[in-house]
Amino acid sequence: MDELFHALADTTRRDILRRAVRTESSVSRLADVYPMSFAAVQKHVAVLERAGLVTKERHGREQLVRTDPDAVRQARRALDQLESAWRGRVERMSHLLVQASDVEDKTQTGGRKS
Amino acid sequence: MSVTDVEKDLDNLALTLVADFNAPAERVWELWADPRQLESWWGPPTHPATFEKHDLTSGGDVTYFMTGPEGEKHHGWWQITRADPPRSLELTDGFADQDGTPVAGMPITTMRMELVQGDGGTRMTLRSTFESREQMEQLLAMGAAEGLQQAVGQMDALLAG
Repeated sequence: MDELFHALADTTRRDILRRAVRTESSVSRLADVYPMSFAAVQKHVAVLERAGLVTKERHGREQLVRTDPDAVRQARRALDQLESAWRGRVERMSHLLVQASDVEDKTQTGGRKS
Repeated sequence: MSVTDVEKDLDNLALTLVADFNAPAERVWELWADPRQLESWWGPPTHPATFEKHDLTSGGDVTYFMTGPEGEKHHGWWQITRADPPRSLELTDGFADQDGTPVAGMPITTMRMELVQGDGGTRMTLRSTFESREQMEQLLAMGAAEGLQQAVGQMDALLAG
């Protein structure tokens, strides 16, 4: 059960984010959309809420879920920046490895073959 | 060869990046383990890094600074949670003062690096996680997530305050 939750987690939560950005959705309405229990959907919403990506508001007997587009945008921007920093690092690492193997090649060609 | 896969996990504020290198794992590990090699790739060209203390063993401490175009220095620290050469490295990364002492209240990121050697070379999987949403916002405001390329002045202000 827990494994399944994780496997489905990413796509489901992304979908919840998309739905709840257009209109406020209640947890029970979301539960109708996905082939899973009310409790499972509630668990996904809780993860999103903890990450600050959605807000939840009680409306009578319903719990309304709303995506915080600013929070989503900000998280995306932070991860984009982190990605570009790491792409730069990986590129520099690759260069270093190539440089080093060039030197090695030259030493091998010039040196004695065992 | 370089980056082959990137995954951004919004829920956990984490980036996972997979890169393939045309070299054995031991050689890739050296890029981390040898401070002179590490400093030629850690910082962006505008902010080269200099590593002072460099104890890349479990429980070890690392201190470094990055020098900006105006000669300004930004100090940082690593705490090595686990090191298993040449296979994996886990550390936390934060801001330090001039003596390399961690500055309280500044954002911390967690990093996990794994090397797996295959037929053609070595695959590096790197996962970097922001400690919390607040810290992520703080880093974003300082431009530090981009490797200090932007908003250097803002960071100076923050460190001074």
